[in-house]
Amino acid sequence: MADVTLAPAGEGAHEHEIEPHHDYAAEEPSGSHSSTGLSNNKLGMWLFLGSECLLFGGLISTYMLYRGRTQSGPRPETVYDIPFTSVSSFVLLMSSLTMVLAVSAAHRGDDRRTRLWLTTTALLGATFVGGQVYEFTAFYREGLGFTTNLFGSSFYTLTGFHGAHVTIGIIMLMSLVVITFRGRISGSKAEVIELIGLYWHFVDIVWIVIFTLVYLIPS
Amino acid sequence: MAIVEQPPRNLELPPASVVAPRQALGAFRRPTATTGWKSWIFTIDHKKIGLMYGFTAMTFFVVGGCEALLIRLQLARPNGTILSAGTYNEMFTMHGTTMIFLFVMPMVAALANYMVPLQIGARDVAFPRLNAFGYWTFLMGGLFLYLSPFLGGSPDCGWFCYSPNSGPIFSPTHGVDFWTLALQITGIASLTGAINLIVTILNMRAPGMSLMKMPIFTWMVLVVQFLLVFAVPVITVALFLLSFQRLFGATFFDVSAGADPLLWQHLFWIFGHPEVYILILGSFGIVSEVLPVFSRKPLFGYPFVVFSGAAIGFMGWGVWAHHMFASGLGPISVAVFSATTMFIAVPTGVKIINWLATMWGGSLWFTTAMCFAIGLVVEFTIGGLSGVTHAVSPSDTQQTDTYYIVAHFHYVLFGGAVFGLFAGFYYWWPKVFGRLLNERLGKWNFWFMVVGINLTFGPMHVLGLQGQARRTYVYPANQGFEFWNLMSTIGAFTLAVGVLLFIINAWRSLRGPRNAPLDPWDARSYEWMTTSPPKPHNFDAIPVTHSIDEFFHRKYAEDEETGKLRQVATAEEILAEQEAHAEHHIHLPSPSYWPLVVSAGLPIVALGLIYNHVISVIGAIVILLGVYGWAQEPSVADAEDADPPGGPGGESKELATIG
Repeated sequence: MADVTLAPAGEGAHEHEIEPHHDYAAEEPSGSHSSTGLSNNKLGMWLFLGSECLLFGGLISTYMLYRGRTQSGPRPETVYDIPFTSVSSFVLLMSSLTMVLAVSAAHRGDDRRTRLWLTTTALLGATFVGGQVYEFTAFYREGLGFTTNLFGSSFYTLTGFHGAHVTIGIIMLMSLVVITFRGRISGSKAEVIELIGLYWHFVDIVWIVIFTLVYLIPS
Repeated sequence: MAIVEQPPRNLELPPASVVAPRQALGAFRRPTATTGWKSWIFTIDHKKIGLMYGFTAMTFFVVGGCEALLIRLQLARPNGTILSAGTYNEMFTMHGTTMIFLFVMPMVAALANYMVPLQIGARDVAFPRLNAFGYWTFLMGGLFLYLSPFLGGSPDCGWFCYSPNSGPIFSPTHGVDFWTLALQITGIASLTGAINLIVTILNMRAPGMSLMKMPIFTWMVLVVQFLLVFAVPVITVALFLLSFQRLFGATFFDVSAGADPLLWQHLFWIFGHPEVYILILGSFGIVSEVLPVFSRKPLFGYPFVVFSGAAIGFMGWGVWAHHMFASGLGPISVAVFSATTMFIAVPTGVKIINWLATMWGGSLWFTTAMCFAIGLVVEFTIGGLSGVTHAVSPSDTQQTDTYYIVAHFHYVLFGGAVFGLFAGFYYWWPKVFGRLLNERLGKWNFWFMVVGINLTFGPMHVLGLQGQARRTYVYPANQGFEFWNLMSTIGAFTLAVGVLLFIINAWRSLRGPRNAPLDPWDARSYEWMTTSPPKPHNFDAIPVTHSIDEFFHRKYAEDEETGKLRQVATAEEILAEQEAHAEHHIHLPSPSYWPLVVSAGLPIVALGLIYNHVISVIGAIVILLGVYGWAQEPSVADAEDADPPGGPGGESKELATIG
């Protein structure tokens, strides 16, 4: 079937009478065409992150609505350990820096450094999640369960969703380290890493908002 | 491998029969079937996916319609005995949920999936596998919801599922759990579908097609998808909170713990009001395509129709609390939301004016599609006017929870959204199937539905103003409710006959020969510039756009002497022209197993959340495996995937990333 005679393109003079620009394909460089100049993947990721803003917006609003409404059980000011959370927040923010270094190394085509920085980012993220697990355990010991009161439900839901996002980010980063460099992802490695980077930075920025609104502003 | 391609002169063959995909890097070979059931369930062709969306949504439409008929039978006489109070609650919940989430939304998705790539001159959507994933996830969500009647009881909290009424105390069966998780699943489908269509529309337009040269249906689909991207996460949050309360004992809606029941209402309606425009704007787009074609005039004020659609999209975010006027928000909130609600009538009115002006002075051709489009203009306007009466909050406070509200939203949703969809069915049927629907039967279909809708929902205005409460399974005799309720029930069955006539019409058409001409309506946009049904790769050569209604301008030109329009080419000539200059290497994405695998994991996780968390873990593993298989499947064209280049140029034009 492959040796079916192919029609020659652009020969019909008749075509040019009606539609002078008809033979568009010949003018375009091969590869994907994109009307905006952004790649499909990147545009898709931006839209997903836009949607995520509303997800976290809803969760943060829920937390803010219920601030100070708790009637029984531990209250925020009695359980928060601001210095500890500040340190783990700092660790998470630093992971954005290493993510940038990973993307930059990927754009240079430096596989070794890319892998190094991706692993570092994942480790910093894991440190943050570890800190969150420690924090949750400490709160639980102080009597704040998920069902204890409004503060418990809304706090664990909000920070839990964020922690889940970080965890998914770590899984993606480690998968990248393993899969990408075994040649298992076709297409541009640098772009895939950049996309995961966008996600990672987004999750970090959300944490800045959560840390400020949930921890720093007294209720 | 990722790429299947096809010599251009061999167009009648489906692409995968030309080159067998090579061994994928994932665990399995990619599926290759081009016929039979495998070619459907593993397909990532936007047209096949659109068809599957359409058939599934139509099935749910019939199911939801049967539920409506049961409700109407119960209410035909005072003190009805057909349904118990509990079953009645389940019926109206399932009816609302089915019609909104499993019929109108996926039906718009069906038409958008099928038509948008054709209308913008693309060969597929931006992420074909994600597209398949969206369909399967929607199906899984729908089936999951319909598991509930067999597993202890359907949800009985209404489609809005107000808390604390939806909490474990007032709704002890697992129905509400099925409802929250099913909507979570269909939400994932909507979100991925929305991202996919936005990227497709923004990125994959044919050269020369600027945003303001896009067909109007594509424009309205774009607005709808933006609404979905931002509205779906809000209901996701609400559903999570409710699930956590019901499944894990969280306190979000526990009033005794200090919770605020308004939280649910706000979250739900911040989603729920944009949702209204999600349901209607697609139909507005269809009507804006159909009216110009059958009035044989360009759409009057194209930019106004575009921008009023976008304005509705923006303003739709600022009116949600008009669903909550009776909840004691306070005078300032009520006044503000009253005002914004009145304002949003303005862009809607602009559209109505544009449609009327499009028809004005045109040579109208009353096909069934045109009848339904005019039907939308009339019935939607009635619903829109009663909607403005709700914006007046004192009047709304009186009408809240009466049948007046039911009358209003059925006029806008049935008379608006559904009529628009039917206009689309009749208009695009020959494009999709290469067969015409019977116009005579179509007229019967139309008139049964018009009479049916007005007979069903018209009397509800009266009943509502007389004070009949909605969501109440019986009404007493001698309150003056009997006559109009009986009329409404008769109307509902008239409506059902109308729908049945459509199904008969469709069935007869599909069994008949391919009799449709290439361009039966003398249409104006790109989707008519290819064969009917379209080739697997849509267009042999991607056309270049010079103006709105490009296809029309290729068929007709102004005579330089007389200044009148004259036909310069027929659709057949334009198609032959295109086929003669077919592109050499048309890369189409290969089918894939993974979208189905990942979707199949979702209801397993959901079932596990309700019954046993071990099942959830199994589901999560299925999803994880599916995602890794998906990620390892090549997603972009590789030079080696192509056949040896044929023809003089040897250049290849690949479809963008296969997502």
